[in-house]
Amino acid sequence: MTTQTVKFSIYRYDPDKDKKPYMQDISVEVEPGERKLLDALVKLKVKDDTLSFRRSCREGVCGSDAMNINGKNGLACITDIDTLKQPIELRPLPGMPVVRDLIVDMTQFFKQYHSIKPYVVNDTPPPEKERLQSPEDRKELDGLYECILCACCSTSCPSFWWNPDKFVGPAGLLAAYRFIADTRDTTINERLDNLEDPYRLFRCHTIMNCVDVCPKELNPTKAIGKIKELMIKRVA
Amino acid sequence: MAKLAKRTFDAVVVGAGGAGLRAALQLSEAGLKTAVLSKVFPTRSHTVAAQGGVSASLGNSEPDHWHWHMYDTVKGSDWLGDQDAIEFMCRAAPQAVIELEHFGMPFDRNDDGTIYQRPFGGHMSNFGEKPVRRACAAADRTGHAMLHALYQRNVRANTQFFVEWMALDMIRDAEGKVLGVIAMEMETAEIVIFQAKATLFATGGAGRIYYSSTNAFINTGDGLGMAARAGIPLEDMEFWQFHPTGVAGAGVLITEGVRGEGGILRNASGERFMERYAPVAKDLASRDVVSRAMVTEINEGRGCGAGKDHVLLDITHLDPEVIKHRLPGIREISIKFAGVDPIKAPIPVVPTCHYQMGGIPTNYHGEVVVPDGAGNHVVVPGFYAAGEVACASVHGANRLGTNSLLDLLVFGKSAGDSLIKYVKGEVRSMPEIPQSEIDRTLARVDRLNNQTNGVEVNDARLAMQRTMQAHCGVFRFKDMLKQGVEKILEVEKMVQKTQIKDKSKVFNTARIEALELDNLIEVAKATMISAEARTESRGAHVRDDAPDTPATPNGRDDANWLKHTLWHREGNKLEYKPVNLTPLTVETIELKARSY
Repeated sequence: MTTQTVKFSIYRYDPDKDKKPYMQDISVEVEPGERKLLDALVKLKVKDDTLSFRRSCREGVCGSDAMNINGKNGLACITDIDTLKQPIELRPLPGMPVVRDLIVDMTQFFKQYHSIKPYVVNDTPPPEKERLQSPEDRKELDGLYECILCACCSTSCPSFWWNPDKFVGPAGLLAAYRFIADTRDTTINERLDNLEDPYRLFRCHTIMNCVDVCPKELNPTKAIGKIKELMIKRVA
Repeated sequence: MAKLAKRTFDAVVVGAGGAGLRAALQLSEAGLKTAVLSKVFPTRSHTVAAQGGVSASLGNSEPDHWHWHMYDTVKGSDWLGDQDAIEFMCRAAPQAVIELEHFGMPFDRNDDGTIYQRPFGGHMSNFGEKPVRRACAAADRTGHAMLHALYQRNVRANTQFFVEWMALDMIRDAEGKVLGVIAMEMETAEIVIFQAKATLFATGGAGRIYYSSTNAFINTGDGLGMAARAGIPLEDMEFWQFHPTGVAGAGVLITEGVRGEGGILRNASGERFMERYAPVAKDLASRDVVSRAMVTEINEGRGCGAGKDHVLLDITHLDPEVIKHRLPGIREISIKFAGVDPIKAPIPVVPTCHYQMGGIPTNYHGEVVVPDGAGNHVVVPGFYAAGEVACASVHGANRLGTNSLLDLLVFGKSAGDSLIKYVKGEVRSMPEIPQSEIDRTLARVDRLNNQTNGVEVNDARLAMQRTMQAHCGVFRFKDMLKQGVEKILEVEKMVQKTQIKDKSKVFNTARIEALELDNLIEVAKATMISAEARTESRGAHVRDDAPDTPATPNGRDDANWLKHTLWHREGNKLEYKPVNLTPLTVETIELKARSY
């Protein structure tokens, strides 16, 4: 049990002083208890306080510290250093405007999330007590509601890179299906109408990068498939 | 004289966790022009990490009653909770949870389609008789499901968010009325005045004052720091909850819901030691009781592992399907942070700082109340607080599990409603902002930007966290507290000289961390000084010089200490206010010795 040196190559860009982005080679010592990539990043920041990244819960539920790690999107806080080839190459999430270093502008991502009307709509007056839902119907939401909006999936999706303004993207579509699948929602037709468009839904070409990178092991491709099925059923 | 850009609103809400979002929803739906400021995108707030459930006496599985919930909460608080606020919260609980279900929260379900409820620590039926299923759960991701549902409802209500804005200070006029906040946009470092007819703080807790904490990095007590600097006293800050089951070494939370589903704590010899400490409730005793039992086991050499420094949380006897279905999140955490699959092996756990019972003093309407110097407690005009930042006080000296999520729902809503009444009640003017208030904040930011030969932020923060951990933990000692006060005042001097190398205007997280430390140190001082002064043992505050005697059961000294602490930043002055023992409609829950 000794300290270990971890080598990094990190994307750096501060528009306040850098003319253009560059990769910085840097290393840091970590203690045996410091097993996660985020632990090392926090230590790096002690060494160089200009290194900028988002982080909060450090346990994989808030979705703040998504980044591109050795070419694959993931959360720094739940990625073991031991599983990574060194030097560990860290870049901001692909396809988004970089604000600084590992921090990207997520405006477009959230805009797409908002576009699917991410809330239960039920036009019947609410009962005195809870709306009843069978355990089986509730089970339909498993694998959907757990999304943490980290954007690992959408920013690994070539279709989203090309059309971030027109294609809802895997995270937004997973959320779309979460509300379609909820027996308490009464607006399934409007929800399908909202996605009936050459781009919003149908730009998904089942490349499945989203499934590969999701840190919560969710399956947006499957959800997208189910929406497509419903679209077809509706026509037939 | 520096001028700042100004924006004006009916209301400004600081913080977009559960309490901030619940309040914001009231304000948006009432048509108030509202700004919600948050350091992080709303769904990244720490409410997201709550796991086990939200309490409400729905009685979906067995008979339950709000009065029993109230009794448990008063007893859990070790009688330091205000009984009017506790009655208010427990009575409002079923409606608050039903409402959330109507908003779309994906609760787990019973076979009859009603909301699933599980047992939890200190939740009992019939005034303390036997455990009852009261914690309404969405698997072990209740906070995540709740925060997202509340955010989603706010999207529907068109709430206006200012994401990645950090409030720096609150603004008060000469009479003490609150006029809004001064805030910094993190992406650009621009400082802007958010003037409002009313201001609501929902900034959460400050668990990061301790070295080992279940809390997120962002939990830096910003609302408490701002309030303290603006002359608002902080209430009952000596009371910090150490959650029994943080993952040993990592600090990450393992919900009490694990014990609710049948999990058992074991020492090195495999003994279910809680049977000795709490014969009735056993592993589901109140959190302070369980944490102390664990530390006692460890201190007496019955800890586990090579360092004998933790105990084990065992669920290997549960049906793997129950674990996968009801506790998927903790299985994931356990595998990732403890390296064990709890289906096969027990989880190493240790008590870890988790929740701040104290905070900005409020009444059950969410209005901030302060002493007026003449023995009265008066409302601060235009100022509201809800959630962990506030002290209503419903948690008293020890919070019951799942009452935090309930607190933020009930008081987020009631604070929002009070604010609406205030803003709509009469024409509220937008007076000139006193220049002194602006200068005070800018001086603090300038000091940081221009500091040379100063102290590294990390060094000062570590000094604070280690001092708090060593001097003000699960068990407290008279001499250590006394030294702790001296040490924390030394740390304060370090904090006043923090220095950053990063001078960029663009998303400067070094600056944010330094400004957060300005807030943390206020909380650390309040905690240590309040703890040193309270010479009894009550709830989560247990001292070596206040032992169990017939006159003071469990060390609790009601004759002298049945009162709330108020810490004033100015001169570190302490004063006290009585506990409200008179509920709204029912009889007082009479003082008695606490046992589980």
